Amino acid sequence: MLRVRGLAVRYGSAVAVEGVDLEVHPGEVVTLIGPNGAGKTSTLLALTGLARASGELCYLGRPLDGLEPEERVARGIVLVHERRLLFGEMPVEDNLLLGAFSRYKRGERGLGEDLERVYRLFPRLAERRRQPAATLSGGEQQMLAIGRALMSRPKLLLLDEPSLGLAPLVVQEIFGILRRLKAAGTTLLLVEQNAKAALSLADRGYLLEAGRVVLSGDAAELARDPQVVEHYLGLHPEERP
Amino acid sequence: MDPTIFGFLLSDGLISGALYALVALSLVLVFAVTRVILIPMGEWVMYAPLTQAGFLEGRLPATVGLSALLLLVWAVLDRRRGRAPWLLAGWAVGVGLLGMAGVRWPSLAGPIAFLVVLPLGPASFRLFFEPLPQGSVLLYLILAVGLHFVYKGLGLAFFGPDQFRLPALWPGELGVLGLPVPGQGVLLVAAALLAMAGLFLFFTTLYGKALRAAAVNRLGARISGISVREAGRVAFLLATAVGAAAGLLAAPLTNASYDMGFLLGLKGFVAAILGGLVSYPLAVVGGGLVGLLEAFSSFYASAYKEAIVFTLLLPVLAWRSLSALTLEEEE
Ligand SMILES: Nc1ncnc2c1ncn2[C@@H]1O[C@H](COP(=O)(O)OP(=O)(O)OP(=O)(O)O)[C@@H](O)[C@H]1O
Ligand SMILES: [Mg+2]
Repeated sequence: MLRVRGLAVRYGSAVAVEGVDLEVHPGEVVTLIGPNGAGKTSTLLALTGLARASGELCYLGRPLDGLEPEERVARGIVLVHERRLLFGEMPVEDNLLLGAFSRYKRGERGLGEDLERVYRLFPRLAERRRQPAATLSGGEQQMLAIGRALMSRPKLLLLDEPSLGLAPLVVQEIFGILRRLKAAGTTLLLVEQNAKAALSLADRGYLLEAGRVVLSGDAAELARDPQVVEHYLGLHPEERP
Repeated sequence: MDPTIFGFLLSDGLISGALYALVALSLVLVFAVTRVILIPMGEWVMYAPLTQAGFLEGRLPATVGLSALLLLVWAVLDRRRGRAPWLLAGWAVGVGLLGMAGVRWPSLAGPIAFLVVLPLGPASFRLFFEPLPQGSVLLYLILAVGLHFVYKGLGLAFFGPDQFRLPALWPGELGVLGLPVPGQGVLLVAAALLAMAGLFLFFTTLYGKALRAAAVNRLGARISGISVREAGRVAFLLATAVGAAAGLLAAPLTNASYDMGFLLGLKGFVAAILGGLVSYPLAVVGGGLVGLLEAFSSFYASAYKEAIVFTLLLPVLAWRSLSALTLEEEE
């Protein structure tokens, strides 16, 4: 579904990503883990067209070059940004409906059904549908950001640290939702600091360090790799259960 | 004051208030979507009746060339965007043909002048504001002031310093409570109310909300599939439509000259500020207030009428900055 070859992202003279190869197959959950500043966000921004990138980006058999971010959304590549980027002064429901804007513009109607689907997934949003997005709690804002992305019926959903800054219980709730999305067949590319949760959800994973892929493979195998265990799962290999 | 004079001042005030309200609506619309305080709107408001006057005198107004030229530059800038350059070039040709039609059929001068002036807004957005997507409100304001001087200078070059009187669409008078109110004034007030209702309703549709979202959170809009550029162009187009219509409807009452735009824009801005630059109904109320204040102050202290109107700005700004609602910028 997505094939990336030799991806590079530079900010001025600073190199954030260099020579990254990446693949995502339909229905798969792929995770990108790595330390702060490894270039995870930059990789996602390159896929959405928000960061200038070089390299070969092939999505559904066609190159992504020259497509604006909003055109990529219309083609099904949708990002849940690490800063969420909600429309703070607008009500929750408008935020969700605006997520479906590319479909609305194509003339699709019946967005109400999708709205109900998102509300079933996140009942807390339904209770707050008239409330301005800025007044939601951090966890609710994350749910809204995910809900808004789902409203566009993404083919490839990119999630940038959905657990960032949330209490453990809320993180569990968010991962519960991701699990349900996976079960429903949504293709996910998940960037996470929380490597344990991410690897337990994902089918495959990539470990990014200083802008390069240093390890990749089956998520379960990655979770057993000594390097990953030591640095990202917070356990020494011998302590491993 | 005797009741007849009071009545006259009231109707005068409300009619000029309707003009300010229309300008205010266009300014609110542009600000809500792009964060641009569009000072040159006053010039475009004037261009419309001046263009009409050109047609009525049987010559091709230079605004036709300006509009077509800006559209062609836009087409060149967007040359890699699929069919867009061809559509834009076609639009430019259309403007040229409209210009010739305006000379040929003076009875259609008004609507044709409207269509000729219309592209100036979106084209100016594309040429001058779109290349600076991350601009601050202040940067945009400086740019807008610069454009105001450019369009004002062009206005002088195109139309000369004369005042033009234009024929009324509704030359008669309407008796309201025994007072003769010019029909043209009734049209202007009706247009202001219609534009207010129209814009209010438009911004309750998902398309309207998307335009607003583009200003509320630019990046958030882009990742939701909303094109921020398109939002700006559409906002400028709608605002120019409101402004040009206002100019055409008001000119038979107020005359038109190249240098009337600035004060008009400024008064519209005072009216828009009364609504915090966000509310359409309040912008119309603001327009009415400015018009009434001006009418009554011109009766009591005519030398100071502009000063009195602009003095209104100070307490309003103070009150607005205290209750600073939606004006704060995103990160
Ligand atoms: N807009 C920018 N301008 C300059 N440098 C940037 C910019 N954005 C990111 N960088 C740099 O690029 C590198 C990669 O950043 P990126 O945000 O992609 O990392 P990350 O893996 O997402 O980190 P984190 O886990 O902290 O979110 C960092 O060194 C960062 O300083
Ligand atoms: Mg990041």
